[in-house]
Amino acid sequence: MTESTGATPTVTDSILTVSDLSASIDGQQVVESVSFEMLPVGVTALLGRNGVGKTSTLRAILGLIERSGEVTIAGERVDREPTHRIVQRGVGYVPEDREVFASLTVAENLRLAERNSSPNRRLIEELFPDLTERASQLAGTLSGGQQQMVSLARALVNENRVLLVDEPTKGLAPLIVMDVARALERAAETVPVLLVEQNLQVVRMLAQKVIVLEGGRVVYDGGAEELLGNEALTKELLGVA
Amino acid sequence: MSTIVLLLITGLGLGALYFLVASGLSLIYGLMGVLNFAHGSFLTLGAFAGWELARRMGGESWGTLIASLLLGMVVGALAAAATEFFLIRRLYNRHIEQVLVTVGLALATVALFDGIWGTDAIYVTAPSWLSQTTEILGARVPNDRFLLIGAAVLVLIGIVAFLRYTRFGLVIRAGVENRSMVTALGIDVRKAFTVVFAIGGAAAGLGGVLASHYFGYVSPQLGGSLLIFAFIVTVIGGLGSLSGAAIASVAVAILQQFANYFWGGTGDLMVVLLLAVVLLVRPTGIMGKKA
Repeated sequence: MTESTGATPTVTDSILTVSDLSASIDGQQVVESVSFEMLPVGVTALLGRNGVGKTSTLRAILGLIERSGEVTIAGERVDREPTHRIVQRGVGYVPEDREVFASLTVAENLRLAERNSSPNRRLIEELFPDLTERASQLAGTLSGGQQQMVSLARALVNENRVLLVDEPTKGLAPLIVMDVARALERAAETVPVLLVEQNLQVVRMLAQKVIVLEGGRVVYDGGAEELLGNEALTKELLGVA
Repeated sequence: MSTIVLLLITGLGLGALYFLVASGLSLIYGLMGVLNFAHGSFLTLGAFAGWELARRMGGESWGTLIASLLLGMVVGALAAAATEFFLIRRLYNRHIEQVLVTVGLALATVALFDGIWGTDAIYVTAPSWLSQTTEILGARVPNDRFLLIGAAVLVLIGIVAFLRYTRFGLVIRAGVENRSMVTALGIDVRKAFTVVFAIGGAAAGLGGVLASHYFGYVSPQLGGSLLIFAFIVTVIGGLGSLSGAAIASVAVAILQQFANYFWGGTGDLMVVLLLAVVLLVRPTGIMGKKA
């Protein structure tokens, strides 16, 4: 594994710790003994080439796929709990490909996601004013960018201790990408974010720490600037610069 | 003309019965992916519970009929919820085991009902109005058809209102679309599973009491005989679609009535042919979504 040196942010009281996490889908190993700690503030990016197990790692943390190993949130083990209990501990999840409920309206998508009686509706209205106007529209009829807003809003409508965000800019137009990035930047002011992202411009803008996976294992765990400022290392680990 | 009217209204009545069974099957499959072969047992149990109550209270009054309908619903709901909680919950995503358990439960409950109530049909009594007829466009339509149609419409409205206006309904609608994402929003979707089983069981239990008045008797085989057509209706309507089940129930029952009358008792054959045509032309059913 490539370790960072001077630029690595200090981790104190990590909010999310993953130890020796392995996961499989239909008997096929997709994550292998992954261990890392997430920064208690800001954005930690989980990077890697296509198919290395980034999405599977997020899904394994939530217990959405078969997994072994240890996952702690704020020092408490959660890996023996069902998914809904892990989420109720304060984990917001923005899945790859949005996964909005197409047959529900925007308002129903948000209402479904509310975990308590005092949802953060003001923040949603502020970040995504378009969604307020489209509250009664079926989510399946929204554009890709608007669906991503719904997916993000579903996570941000609750007070979370950590956000798991999976490829939020995938397939979006450049203007929308920046909107999404700004929304995440704003969210990261109050809640730590574990971000899976292919767009390195967005990673540069948001992330303080980077974890790189390859073949289901961690091959880099260190500062974002240290990796992304080093063109050769970035190319070696991510295949792009 | 009067024959057409009679066949249409009788078809609607039979379709109402199919819908009461198929609505539960469709919701349960839509949310949980469970093909519940024990669903007919909830219907039979509801029918026997209704008959037992009517026997004790005297079956000719409207009060008794309403009480037996309510008891049938409660018994059906409890039996279905218990089935989900004690048996199905351990078998989600294990489809072969689900089929084995629900088929086994269906066979075991029929044997149990045989042991308790005997194998012979037991004739039921009802308010005299139900055995009378009403003339519509020259056709003398048995009044029990109106009761069946009214009950099915109320159940349809009730389920739709429940799905549209309650938090559980929201969870169920979302769960039909993407169960794992509902869980990833922090919702214990298993509670919705139990509720859906209970709703399906209540509709089946109600259907059981109504079926006993439609056919005039209750027997341990009552649920099984209706379940076959309810499954056909569920597939034709589109697995998981309540509105599809409603449309298909009416279409199948009316086809059955017309074919029996005009084409020499070929109603069951026509229904199976319709199923084959739908599966060939539109495998997801009338209102089903592509996988």
